[in-house]
Amino acid sequence: MQKITGDILIEKASALLSSGTVSCVLGWKKGEFGYDVTPAVFSSVEELERDFVYNDFCGANFSKYLVSKTRKLEGKILVFLKPCDTYSFNQLLSEHRFDREKVYAIGIPCEGMVDISKVKATVGEGISSIDTDGDNLLVSTLYDEEPVAVDFKSVLAERCINCKSKKHVAYDELLGEEGDVIENSRFDEVARIEALTPDERFAFWQNELSRCIRCNACRDACPACTCEKCVFDNPASGVENKSPANSFEEKLFHIIRAYHVAGRCTDCGECSRVCPQNIPLHLLNRKFIKDMNEFYGEYQAGEEVGMRAPLVSYTTEDLEPGEALTRRDTDA
Amino acid sequence: MQRVGVFVCWCGSNIAGTVDVQAVAEALKSEPGVVFSTDYQYMCSQAGQDMIKTAVKEHNLTGIVVCSCSPRMHEATFRKTAAAAGLNPYMVEIANIREQCSWVHKDMATGTEKAIILGKAAVAKVNLNAPLTPGESPVTKRALVIGGGIAGIQTALDIADAGFEVDIVEKNPTIGGKMAQLDKTFPTLDCAACILTPKMVDVAQNEKIRIFSYSEVTDVKGFVGNFDVTIKKNARYVKEEICTGCGACLEKCPMKKIPNEFNLGMDNRTAIYIPFAQAVPKVATIDPTACTMLKKGKCGICSKVCTAGAIDYTQKDEYIEEKYGAIVVATGFNPISMDKFDEFAYSQSKDVITSLEFERLTNAAGPSAGKLLRPSDGKHPHTIVFVQCVGSRCEACAEKGKEYCSKICCMYTAKHAMLTRDKYPDTEVYVFYIDVRTPGKNFDEFYRRAVEEFGVKYIKGMVGKVTPEGDKLKVQASDLIANKQLHIDADLVVLAAAIEPDKSARPLATMLTASMDTNDFFTEAHPKLRPVESPTAGVFLSGACQGPKDIPETVSQAGAAASKVIGLLAKDKLTGNPCVASSDELMCNGCSSCANVCPYGAITYAEKEFRMPDRTTKVRRVAEVNPAVCQGCGACTVACPSGAMDLKGFANLQIMAEVDAICK
Amino acid sequence: MQVNEYKPLIVAFCCNWCSYAGADLAGNNRLNYPADVKIIRVPCSCRVNPMFILRAFQRGADGVIICGCHPGDCHYTSGNYYARRRMTALFSMLDYLGIERERTRLEWVSAAEGAKFAATMNDFVQQVTALGENKRLEDLRCKK
Repeated sequence: MQKITGDILIEKASALLSSGTVSCVLGWKKGEFGYDVTPAVFSSVEELERDFVYNDFCGANFSKYLVSKTRKLEGKILVFLKPCDTYSFNQLLSEHRFDREKVYAIGIPCEGMVDISKVKATVGEGISSIDTDGDNLLVSTLYDEEPVAVDFKSVLAERCINCKSKKHVAYDELLGEEGDVIENSRFDEVARIEALTPDERFAFWQNELSRCIRCNACRDACPACTCEKCVFDNPASGVENKSPANSFEEKLFHIIRAYHVAGRCTDCGECSRVCPQNIPLHLLNRKFIKDMNEFYGEYQAGEEVGMRAPLVSYTTEDLEPGEALTRRDTDA
Repeated sequence: MQRVGVFVCWCGSNIAGTVDVQAVAEALKSEPGVVFSTDYQYMCSQAGQDMIKTAVKEHNLTGIVVCSCSPRMHEATFRKTAAAAGLNPYMVEIANIREQCSWVHKDMATGTEKAIILGKAAVAKVNLNAPLTPGESPVTKRALVIGGGIAGIQTALDIADAGFEVDIVEKNPTIGGKMAQLDKTFPTLDCAACILTPKMVDVAQNEKIRIFSYSEVTDVKGFVGNFDVTIKKNARYVKEEICTGCGACLEKCPMKKIPNEFNLGMDNRTAIYIPFAQAVPKVATIDPTACTMLKKGKCGICSKVCTAGAIDYTQKDEYIEEKYGAIVVATGFNPISMDKFDEFAYSQSKDVITSLEFERLTNAAGPSAGKLLRPSDGKHPHTIVFVQCVGSRCEACAEKGKEYCSKICCMYTAKHAMLTRDKYPDTEVYVFYIDVRTPGKNFDEFYRRAVEEFGVKYIKGMVGKVTPEGDKLKVQASDLIANKQLHIDADLVVLAAAIEPDKSARPLATMLTASMDTNDFFTEAHPKLRPVESPTAGVFLSGACQGPKDIPETVSQAGAAASKVIGLLAKDKLTGNPCVASSDELMCNGCSSCANVCPYGAITYAEKEFRMPDRTTKVRRVAEVNPAVCQGCGACTVACPSGAMDLKGFANLQIMAEVDAICK
Repeated sequence: MQVNEYKPLIVAFCCNWCSYAGADLAGNNRLNYPADVKIIRVPCSCRVNPMFILRAFQRGADGVIICGCHPGDCHYTSGNYYARRRMTALFSMLDYLGIERERTRLEWVSAAEGAKFAATMNDFVQQVTALGENKRLEDLRCKK
């Protein structure tokens, strides 16, 4: 249940729009069913009042949109950032992907976002609307006369169950109280897979990755994937593929993508959130994060602007690959 | 599509003995792009090369694959052949079927099979080759030497001797550096001043050399052959060109209690000062932190006594911009601070001194006019304890000392001990050491003389504690060989402090994009093969800024650096390696990953305007590689997330094509 | 001679300055190693893009080895240090996906170490041969 309401954000955004501090607002727009919220740019108070929403389904990380939205912008854009979004925001600033001067960032608290697939798994299909009541979601469906109460905590997204931080690392203004970095167990699942045999690990990944329909949703939502031209679309990269004769990209898309964002991925979890096939893609990114933490010291991408990622730095005393793997096994 | 010619070499029986060369030539005929394929006994011979040239003309070849020995052997040869035939020399690829095939495999069938695969990989690569032209850039025929110690002096003299202009930038009011503070030099015991000061005069009188003393480098831009350097000349409040160095101002200056840096604070100087009698330039400098005229506007005596009218209280710092073709770093060293070594009571007793202080104490121009007297009471010390490795080889105490060996201490301590015994035979001299390291010409002989001829007592072991008690220094030490504790009542304790790079080196390295190790010593382009060059092209290293060194080593390195500079400045144009990185600006995100990993600082960023499909323009930050600076390692190509960065001659697609050919 | 004896396919990336020269020296000294090893010359181990390794595995390589100058001896001063981190990350990821870690290796071979080059290749080929054919990266998205 979000502690801050959409009305407060609308009020704030309207004031900033009216005063001319910002020329537009990046926010969530309500959809047909309440849970199908989409990112949108609002340029008037009327639009805000009509369509703006902030609820338990506002998972989208807006940082990425700033790259394209600030380019031709006159004045500033207002963006609302949940704590995990602020890490991506900083990471993109480190990579000079947008002009900080063109953004007015408001940090907003987040109580965790709901994974609609978990709700569907509980109440079934045909959801017509979702309301909130205390710690419960009241889910109305086409088939039930009375709304079904679902415990909010039981349908939280995986990334929110394992939330790494309630602290905003970047903002111009903060609404609500500042939180802290949270002790979490987000690497437990990675560790569990690591402990399997190679055959089991391969079976696990084959099962997951074989479901991929190559829709590119993960890439399109990922705030680390803001390249001017994606390697997968670039014939000179050697990993491009539009012809069935070349199966490299087809087979290894997710591995290539995970390596590409390694060290830059803030573990925001957008890839897994948007995957229509529910592939736990974050487990690939987290593997890189976990390894680099263990081998080269704790590193949280986006914690500060201008940090040097583990893969673009080194020490002369770094472990050899074999040593690193053996040490991880013994420590586990 | 390329028109590729394949030339399979027998290398006599070297290749043909284990590889069926005809089968290789035949097999490669059907590879994509191949229009001609043949074999010959010695491809590298005149006849073999002529065969290639003829084939290029007859078959209109655009690319050549030579299946032969290692490219490290004959790639250059075949590139020249290609050029002679009118092809771009970089349209040649070599398949190494000798060192990496025929010589390591015994079976004809497997050797042939592998040779065909290696040939296919080379064909696949050459199909994607593009003509490359090395870039050219002009060379500014002037060198900059940063640091005016013996390293900088020798480098400048050698460069000037070859006829090139050199500027020396020295942060102190005079050149001379540490060597000017030394008394005698090991192992010959000739006096430091006698061999250094004539060189300083040579520098001053050399028409090719300009000295910017009391100055520092504040900005460096550009690249090899074309550096733009900003030099800050600090205001010395004395007109350098007018001052005659007569010293009248020094005599009359009322501020006489300023600690004298040249004598390490063991005596005083005036607010207007000349560091020492043989200073170059011999010009007075006013210390703005001590002069009452500059601080409070009262006094002005120096101005009144200066008959030349050289004093100028209104002087301001001046910034000079100069162009250089090469830069030599000679920023030298300093002894580390003894603050953290209080077990030796350095801060508690004036009679615990560092070796450099000892050097001044025994120097005829020093605070005691060369008489070895205790700083505390001016008495002659009868028992002296020298402690070696204070802060050197200090693995356990890395936070206060250094892990490395300072290299010069063993020898100068032997020198100090020997000279003391020579001049004052009634003095007992102890040296405590971990090891005595004497790997230089006549070094061990020198050390043995100290022990055998002069009776210096060398004790293997460390001093644990020094406690001042009355007018004595109680020294507690261990003798590791006799395995016992020693207690010595000493009159003077001399600490061989570790040496570290000058503090100015780190910011300078950043300006130069020259790399440093964790101890702030500059790193060489190659530790064995390019020891006086920095990895950054056009930046050279001289003296202790690269690592601890004694004078002979410094001078030889200075000469070596000078010869490298001369070799560079003698060229009118620099021809680069064309296999360099380049960034596709349409794809570049401007994220800085490439610049982060570039060891040469070859990558800069520019805001560029791009036309969009909808006829608007947008400005984006994009990477630009300076081909004159890039050395072609390819680190950036992998760091680049968007794949905008690629390496000419070893492009992503070329290597992928090789992989595909091998794995087919 | 045994018919249909399993022969692994090994791709070796060697830096131009040390390891490629080390391979040449192995040749000069006639030190044998299996012909299964095919060398690709790169300027520096830091030129080896993990994509090349993935590509090799996906195209049927059974083992991939990267050879560079010893730490501290890189011709470009720091290239092999970057390579070490990149390969550590990649090898660990491949291990995570179920590709046996014995199929990947990073080795430092200097221009003077012809014997080490040959010994390393002999050892690596033996190790990969013991594992047999690698199909996994080809089949990663094909559920059985």
